[in-house]
Amino acid sequence: MYSPHTDSDIEAMLAVIGSPSLEDLVRVPDAVALRGPLEVPPGLPEIELGAKIAGYAKRNAAVGYTSFLGAGAYRHYCPPVVMSLAMRGEFLTAYTPYQAEVSQGYLQAIYEWQTYVCLLTGLDIANASVYDGATALAEGAIMAVNATGRRAVLVSSAVHPNYRAVLRTYARGLDLDVEELPVDANGATDFSNLEARLADKRFAAVIVQSPNFFGCINTPGEAARAAVRSTGTVSIGVVAEAMSLGVLATPASWGAQIAVGEAQSFGNPLAYGGPYVGFIAATKDHMRRIPGRLVGRSLDNRGNEAFTLTLQAREQHIRREKATSNICTNQAHCALVATIYLAAVGETGLRRAAVLNLERTNALAERVCAIDGYSRAFSTPVFNEVVIRVPAALGAGRVLAELERRSILGGVALDRWYPDLGDCILMNATELTTPEDIDVLCAALRDIVSVATESPAVHV
Amino acid sequence: MAQPDGLLYSKEHEWLKIEGDVGTVGITDYAQNSLGDIVYVELPRVGQTIQQHGSIGVVESVKAVSDLYTPVGGEVVEVNPALEADPALVNRDAFGEGWLYKVKLADAGERDALLDPQAYDALVAEGAH
Repeated sequence: MYSPHTDSDIEAMLAVIGSPSLEDLVRVPDAVALRGPLEVPPGLPEIELGAKIAGYAKRNAAVGYTSFLGAGAYRHYCPPVVMSLAMRGEFLTAYTPYQAEVSQGYLQAIYEWQTYVCLLTGLDIANASVYDGATALAEGAIMAVNATGRRAVLVSSAVHPNYRAVLRTYARGLDLDVEELPVDANGATDFSNLEARLADKRFAAVIVQSPNFFGCINTPGEAARAAVRSTGTVSIGVVAEAMSLGVLATPASWGAQIAVGEAQSFGNPLAYGGPYVGFIAATKDHMRRIPGRLVGRSLDNRGNEAFTLTLQAREQHIRREKATSNICTNQAHCALVATIYLAAVGETGLRRAAVLNLERTNALAERVCAIDGYSRAFSTPVFNEVVIRVPAALGAGRVLAELERRSILGGVALDRWYPDLGDCILMNATELTTPEDIDVLCAALRDIVSVATESPAVHV
Repeated sequence: MAQPDGLLYSKEHEWLKIEGDVGTVGITDYAQNSLGDIVYVELPRVGQTIQQHGSIGVVESVKAVSDLYTPVGGEVVEVNPALEADPALVNRDAFGEGWLYKVKLADAGERDALLDPQAYDALVAEGAH
């Protein structure tokens, strides 16, 4: 139950700060204050309301477009069984169970989610999920800071730009330094200078993403891993497209002690930016630092299998200001959807879906690069995204605008994060990208080039 | 309950045994008993410099997580390696095998702020915590 402040609470607090009233304390300028009742139209009958909203929905331009947008948010097939189970009333809450042990079914689902995350990352423990991949990354970095007592982290510039932005937001509050590792000419993280940069043991963590933001499959080699190990730095692996784990080596196998990422791809639809579901997994020695909730399997007092929230003692509601994270919850329903998705498709299904992503992306890249003027920016193998360089005379912005006029969302222009990649578009293909979609895209790209060459820009 | 002789005590229920310029630190039997079954001890790092009365780790029991305070300042020279596998050592032998870490004392005078066994006994008897 939520108990608001009583009138006497409010009076007592106002007396302490010497303010006569709440209105006096929070004075809204007349120009923007609403003094009368809120002006909203009267309620509508349900049928009329439905028609009105359907009318709004029709104005949604994205319907009917062919999309090659990815960049951290992915379209994937979701078998109908996933939502029909996930939407059952027994499960339908966005929230983590708070009278936890009576919710045995939900705890079991979270336990299964944790088990899947461990299997996919190759690590020992996983938590009950966090808000999204970006939050997971920031929390992983804090784990490394607490483990090492160091106050700086080194993050690859090929980590998703939004993830890096969230990391910097967290770092500002904690007064941590965030430095970046550059990207080389192949779209891969440049580890050549890593040993020297780690030598003074200033960095708590090295943070690398694979597949990286450019889609490149790019894991640290033996020399980089040795430099990380010998300096006691924590290796954090980021996976922004969890589908890749169906076919690529686990983060643990490429040296990650902490793996963080985004599992939206597992059954969770795209919906204007969310909700998403982040995962955090780690080796056993980081168990006491992993934030949020963990569900354990135990026995009850009659010897029956029972699930229980464990390691809660370090959460904010117990540790107060000494808590190492502000997370006291998890992304329960999205994690449930992901868990049911994984159970439904199974190991074989996930592998097949992942291989399809790989094949469709390679087909996309090949077909697009067969057109005069278009080429791959980087040679590194990719998973389900590829950076395409467009004719410099056109530029990424113009190509995307022309595609949009033809009802194609061609991808994401990279110049807003990477000024050097001004002619580059990040294009995505998943198992939902059909050969016909690629035909439509290629016809449009050819058309755009030929129109541009026939009518060169007029300079006055 | 009599406290072991030869040790100094803090109001936060840590004990300190000084040998030369190195002090061994643990929590008292009273502290372990109040906490209950200890499941994890987070220790400082070897080489870490600690200040007197600082908070440098935690002791986690099935009931609660408590901060670990420093009775004296200095440089941590050793931590008890046995606690990682068996934190309940602190319950079984708080004044012996369950020691936490050793610190090279920075300031010999800091010990004057600590309690002798009789004074700590009185503190415990008062039920200060």
